[in-house]
Amino acid sequence: MTSVKFKLNGKDVAVELDPSMRLIDVLRDHFSLKGVKEGCGEGSCGACVVLMDGYSVNSCLLPLANVEGHEIVTIEGFKETKQFDVLQKAFAEVGGSQCGFCSPGMIIAAQSLLSHNPHPTEEEIRAHMSGNLCRCTGYQAIVQAVEIASKKGAGLW
Amino acid sequence: MEFYKSSTPKIDFPEKIRGEAKFTDDFELPGMLYAETVRSTIAKGKIKEIKLPELPKGYYWISAKDIPGENVVNIIFSDWPIFADKEVHYVGESIGLFVGENKEVLHKLCRQISVIYEEEKPVFDLVNSYIHKEFTKGDFSKAEKNAVKTIKETYETGYQEQAYIEPQGILCYIDEDDKFYLTGSMQCPFYIRKAVARALGIAPEKVRVKQPAVGGAFGGKEHYPSLTGSQLAVAVNKIHRPVKMCYERFEDIAYTTKRHPSVSTYEAFIGKNNEILGLRIRVKLNGGAYKGCSGVVLSRALIASCNAYVFENLDVVGDVYCTNTVPTAAFRGFGSPQTIFAMEMFIHHVAKELGVDPLQLRMKYLAKQGDITTNSGKFHDPIILPQLLDKAMEMSDYKRKVVEYAKPGSNKGIGMSLFLHGCGFTGSGESTIINGKVKLVKDENDHVHVYASSADFGQGNRTTLARIVSNTLGLPAEQCTMEAADTDHTPDSGPTAASRTIIIVGFLMEKGAKQLKKIWKSGVRQEHVEGYVGPSYIHWDEDTMQGDAYPSYSWGVNVVEVSFDPVTYQIKVDHCWSTYDVGRVVDERIAVGQADGGLLQGLGYGYLEHMGIKDGKFRNRSLTDYIIPTFEDAPPMETAFIDNPFIYGANGAKGMGELTLVGGAPAIALAIEQAIGHKVNKIPATPEYIMEVINNDKR
Repeated sequence: MTSVKFKLNGKDVAVELDPSMRLIDVLRDHFSLKGVKEGCGEGSCGACVVLMDGYSVNSCLLPLANVEGHEIVTIEGFKETKQFDVLQKAFAEVGGSQCGFCSPGMIIAAQSLLSHNPHPTEEEIRAHMSGNLCRCTGYQAIVQAVEIASKKGAGLW
Repeated sequence: MEFYKSSTPKIDFPEKIRGEAKFTDDFELPGMLYAETVRSTIAKGKIKEIKLPELPKGYYWISAKDIPGENVVNIIFSDWPIFADKEVHYVGESIGLFVGENKEVLHKLCRQISVIYEEEKPVFDLVNSYIHKEFTKGDFSKAEKNAVKTIKETYETGYQEQAYIEPQGILCYIDEDDKFYLTGSMQCPFYIRKAVARALGIAPEKVRVKQPAVGGAFGGKEHYPSLTGSQLAVAVNKIHRPVKMCYERFEDIAYTTKRHPSVSTYEAFIGKNNEILGLRIRVKLNGGAYKGCSGVVLSRALIASCNAYVFENLDVVGDVYCTNTVPTAAFRGFGSPQTIFAMEMFIHHVAKELGVDPLQLRMKYLAKQGDITTNSGKFHDPIILPQLLDKAMEMSDYKRKVVEYAKPGSNKGIGMSLFLHGCGFTGSGESTIINGKVKLVKDENDHVHVYASSADFGQGNRTTLARIVSNTLGLPAEQCTMEAADTDHTPDSGPTAASRTIIIVGFLMEKGAKQLKKIWKSGVRQEHVEGYVGPSYIHWDEDTMQGDAYPSYSWGVNVVEVSFDPVTYQIKVDHCWSTYDVGRVVDERIAVGQADGGLLQGLGYGYLEHMGIKDGKFRNRSLTDYIIPTFEDAPPMETAFIDNPFIYGANGAKGMGELTLVGGAPAIALAIEQAIGHKVNKIPATPEYIMEVINNDKR
C-alpha cells in the first residue's frame, strides 16, 4: 500500500490506505472527523464539502490519491479560525442553521466564497453556494448570514 | 408581550454549526456491526425459496423467523410486516438483513442472495380501495335540485419525497440495564419504543429510545424508523452486539415513505345568481402496499377539502387505494396539501368560468368566526383572514401586478393562495388518545430542566418550549433548558407531528410552569408533571366525521410571482410574500425559519419536485434526479405575522410547521397559469407539463 501525504487541518499527515478510497471515508473513519457529513454520496448536496487549497470540494467525489501534496481543511480545523467565528455569529443571528446537518458544509462553502470574493452580491452568493442543499431554511437566512459575515468580517478575507 | 418578539439563541446551534453534534452515523461503538437490507425485486408475488449465500464467520442473516414477537410494524393501522415472510407487495419490501462488520462484504452478500418468487400480477392503478370515508353537510339534494349548471374539474398531485439532508439511520444495542437501547434519526421516540416492544414481545419499559441530533424529518421519520428500529432490535436480540444501519441516499429515495399522490374531482353546483349552492368532492389517494397511517392522512385531506371556505351543502367522499408500490405516509401537511391545491385552483377556475373576479368569489365564501365547518363543527375562534389578505396584497403590490401581468406576452404571473391548517391531532384525539404529559424539574440551583418527548429535528422546539417555560416563570432564557427526548427520562408528550408541538405541548409547558411558579421554593429540588386537558367544547365523531375536527386553526396567505421562459418552458420564482396567523409567535427568528423553509418545500411540490414511477419502481435514484430547490431556485421571501392569540395555546401560540407548506403549491400554480395563459390542473407543473398543456390547448 502506498502512503498518501497531505496537510490536514494544519498538520502534515501520511496515511497508508487504498488510494482509491473516497476522501470522506478517510476523514470520517480514519481521522474521526465526523463534522464531514454524507448526505448523498454523489456530489449533489454539499454536506461533505471540505477546503482543498482554500476551495470547497465534495469529499465524497474525491479519491484519496488526489489530495497527495494538497492542504485539506475540515470544519474541525476551520472552527478554530477568526473567519469561522464571524460566520457562526452571522448564522446564529439570522437562523442560518435548523437541523444542522448541512451546516458544516455551508460554513465551508461560505469560507470558500468569501476568501475569493470578500464582498459578494446576493446573486453571487446564491450561485456559489448552489452546490450545497438545505431542506430546512429556504436558504434565505443563509444568504443573509453570508452577507452579514461579509460586512462584519471586512478585512478578514 | 414584548419578550416574545425578541429571539433567544438556539440551544443546539453551537454544536451543530461547529460540526460537533452527533448524528446517528457519527456514533461508533466497540464491537459494532452494520446491517444492510435485502429487498424484494418484484412488485407482487409469493416467496418460494430463499437461497442464502455461504455466510463468512461473524456474518448473520436476520429474517421473519427471528422475530420473537409479532411480525408487524406498530403504526396506527398495523398491516406492514417487519420482514416479508411468505409474500411481497412492493419493490423494495424488506425480506431480511445481512449483519456483519464489513459494509463491503454485506453489499456482496446482498448481491449473492437469491430469492425465488412466484410472481403475481401487480396493481398500480387506483382501483382497490382499502380505506373509505364519506360525509355530507347541509342538504346536498337541495343543491343538486336548484342548480342551473355544474362545473367539474379534476386535479392531480404527485409523489413528494421529504429529502431531509440526513438519510434515515438507526442504531440499537443492549445497554447496561439490559434494555434494548435505540438511537436514530427519528421524530417519535415513543412510537419506536412501542413498535420494538411489540416486535420482541417484551414490555415497553424494557426498551429505551433516545433521540440524537436529527438532520431533518418533515414527516418522513414519523413512522419509518418504527420499521427499521424493529428490524434492528430483532437483529440485536439474536446477535447480542450493537448494530447500526444508515441508508444511502439511493435506498432512502427508492424505499422510504413519501407523500400520497392524489386525484381529486371537484364539482360545483351553481345557482341562478351565480352562487355556489354546493360542492361534490371525490378524493383518491395512493396509499401504496400497506395502510399504515393513510386513514388519518385521508381524514385530514377531506377535512381540508374546502380549505378556508364555507359552503352550505357538501357531499364528500374519499378513498385510499392499495397499490403494489412503496407505502406512502406522513409528510408535512399530511393530506391537506393535496386538497388545498385542488380547492384553490377550483375556486379560481369556477370564478373565471362564471365571469366573476376570483378574489371576490373567494371573499364571498371565506370562513368567518361562528361559521359551520366542512365537517359541521364550528369555527369557534376569531378569524383574521381578511387582515392577512390585505397585508399580503399590500406587501406584494398584488392588485396592480395581477392586472399588469394579465397582458398578453408579459410572461409573468402572480398567484395567491389562502389557506388554513388544523392544529394538533384530529378532533378530541389530544385528550382521548394521546393524553400528552410534560415534566418540569427545578434543581437545587433553581435551574429548570424541561422534559417532553417532542423531538427537535431542526424546528427549534428545544429552544421554543424552554422559552415558554422561562417566560412564564420570568426567568432568564438560559436558566431553562430542554433535554433531548429519551423515553427513560421524558414523559410521553405524544408524537412530534401534526403541528401540535407548540399549541399542545407548549400549552402544557405554560400550564406546568404556572404551577411550578406557585409552589416555587428557591434552593430546593422540585418537580411538576402536567397532563393535557383540552377545550371541553371540542366534540368529534370519527365514524361519521362530524364535529370539531381540530382544537384550533392557523391561517395564511402566500403570494408568489414568477417569470416564464417561452423557449425552455422553465419557470423562475421571482419573489414571495406571506402573512400568517399562528396565534402569537413564540420566537420570531425560529418562526420565520419555519415560514421560509415550509414555503420553499411547498413551491418545490408545486413546480419542481417530480418523482417518476414505472412498474412500481421509482425512476429517481438520487438528489441529482429528484430535484429539490437550490439556492438559485429559491426566491427572496418576505413574511409578516399578525397576532390572533388562541386561549388554549402557550401565550396564545397555535401550530405553524405544516401551515407554511400547504399554500405554496396553489400559489405558484396560479402564478404559472397567469404567466402561461393556460390552466394548471396538475402538480408539479414541470416544463414538460407546461409544454403539454400549451400544446394541447392549441390543438
